[in-house]
Amino acid sequence: MRHLLRRISFYLFALWASITINFIIPRLAPGDPAGAIMARFQGRLTPSTLTALELQFGLSHDPLWVQYWQYLFKLLHGDLGISFTYFPTPVAKVISQEIPWTLTLIGVAVTISFTLGTLLGIIVAWKRGSLLDSIVPPLLTFFSAIPYFWLALIALYLLAYTLNWFPLNGGYDTGTTIGWNFDFLASAIQHAILPALTIVVASIAGWMLGMRNSMLTTLTEDYVLLAEAKGLSERRVVFAYAARNAVLPSVTGFALSLGFVVGGSLLTEVVFSYPGIGFALLQGAQNSDYPLLQGIFLFIAVAVLGANFVADLVYTLLDPRVR
Amino acid sequence: MERSLVSHELPEENTPSPQGNLSEGQTERASGLRAVFNSLWRLFTLNPKTTAGMSIILFFLLVALFGPLFTHVDPNALSNDALQPPSASHWLGTTQVGQDIFAQLINGTRISILWGFGTGLLVTVLSIGIGLSAGYLGGLVDDALTLLINVFLVLPAFPLAIVLAAYVPAKGPFTVAMVIALTGWAYGARVLRAQTLSMKNRDFVEASKMTGEFTWRVIFAEILPNEIAIVASGFVGTVIYVILAAAGLEFLGLGDVTVVDWGTMFYWAQNNDALLLGAWWWYLAPGACIAILGAGLALINFGIDEIANPHLRKEKPLTRLAARTPFSKGRFAQRAES
Repeated sequence: MRHLLRRISFYLFALWASITINFIIPRLAPGDPAGAIMARFQGRLTPSTLTALELQFGLSHDPLWVQYWQYLFKLLHGDLGISFTYFPTPVAKVISQEIPWTLTLIGVAVTISFTLGTLLGIIVAWKRGSLLDSIVPPLLTFFSAIPYFWLALIALYLLAYTLNWFPLNGGYDTGTTIGWNFDFLASAIQHAILPALTIVVASIAGWMLGMRNSMLTTLTEDYVLLAEAKGLSERRVVFAYAARNAVLPSVTGFALSLGFVVGGSLLTEVVFSYPGIGFALLQGAQNSDYPLLQGIFLFIAVAVLGANFVADLVYTLLDPRVR
Repeated sequence: MERSLVSHELPEENTPSPQGNLSEGQTERASGLRAVFNSLWRLFTLNPKTTAGMSIILFFLLVALFGPLFTHVDPNALSNDALQPPSASHWLGTTQVGQDIFAQLINGTRISILWGFGTGLLVTVLSIGIGLSAGYLGGLVDDALTLLINVFLVLPAFPLAIVLAAYVPAKGPFTVAMVIALTGWAYGARVLRAQTLSMKNRDFVEASKMTGEFTWRVIFAEILPNEIAIVASGFVGTVIYVILAAAGLEFLGLGDVTVVDWGTMFYWAQNNDALLLGAWWWYLAPGACIAILGAGLALINFGIDEIANPHLRKEKPLTRLAARTPFSKGRFAQRAES
């Protein structure tokens, strides 16, 4: 229980830190969004428009700590400001529109990669020194050393452009209507296969190697030897005795990698012009759309913190020693 | 959580002992240089993996240092040979505006490699400073620094880097390096902190404390040399991360797009829809460079890992006999199961 309380207070602190970072960064940087819009319209707006814009974006000339409280107050009400790129859509709405795409694509791809990679790691560790063991790890490592977006571009060129197996870009066929109908779902799945495939290929090696190393250490433990000596079936020894203990570091790694995954999804979405939160983040960065940028970063940070917290809970369930 | 993240510790005899070079003045410097050279040479000949990895790194370093002296084509020079596939006159083809990709690649290698290794060094120095201080000083300092480390570990680094890079008005390799350094130091610091914790009660630390050494000297002159192997393997891993992250940021257009390096080459290729024009060669060269360099660095780390952790080495036939084979695959096992 004490362990849990400590974790909760840590996550609350991390949450506060990310909110505060989000508040400070734009205020440290020179310029402000209203000025940016004024600059974009190149003097065609009057000073009163500037005041109106400042009101609209919630810019104030109050002291910093007053602004800080106002910022926290707005956040509590789910108000993330208004996006310039999708003006006048609120940032919260942009995020809620984009998030299902990212969650589905990345969620499925990462789960597949984690499961496959961990299984492969178990097998490769068990069959150490076999042909499989000397071919699979180096090969997959090579794939993971390739910059992800490059791998994705090559896949896009070969499989979509040259061979025409997959669509070139987008998340669905624009001829279909978004909703729970067969045409849309079929086209959405067809568009998602290639991006998901590249994520799996790029990230599977990490899971496999982590699991392999951890398995190799566990396999030398006495209880594994004892299990074998008792004549338990090979499958039982591998999965119920060795893998069960070896998988613990991977669970933590899974949570810690989520941040990277959400960030990495950005590259996926850019390369495949796939709708989603990463694509929106890039739009924000390129158009100096600060409310959008901040809103999405905060959202990602909160999501990652949440995922880490869940992983902590799972870890406590799996490993009685940390309780 | 703590336990699992700490990488396999390197055996101590691999690391140079701090008491080793006690000679003074000039000789100390000379022997220090020789020690560095010796340990590099040892790393080179450690096992086939590190040899292959070090050769790749050496090749890229040589290209970065001397390559631009041998290409006489300006990487930004425009020509009429737009979008040419690789040929005898343009070894790696040309871009949409007729720039020679080979010349761009050679000049880009210099910028990418130097900034990559420089930033990697900066990140490593940050991790060392924070990790060792936290581990050695303990108490409130440790609590505060550990909290900081954990917060930075859990914050999504790449999105944070994008946000930071988007806000900084001056774009360029320096900004990219700073942003990556600021977001990437936490993992190394955590590993080093754990290692320092296990080392701070050893006799040699006690002894140097007893003789009245300054705290910073105990930390950086006594403890640090004993962690040099972990620092080295952390540095190698960090350089991979830095080069990938920098290429990613620049690919997204968050660097200075007028500087020619691997990341901006991607940016221009993507911006000109190179793939839709079928110009695969535009992407091929910089991507292959990053992939090969990354593979080289990864090989070095695998090599070090294998030396450090005997479990990862290939089993000798004898130990194999003694281990699980007779039980799991032998006749006894089958009889026992049936």
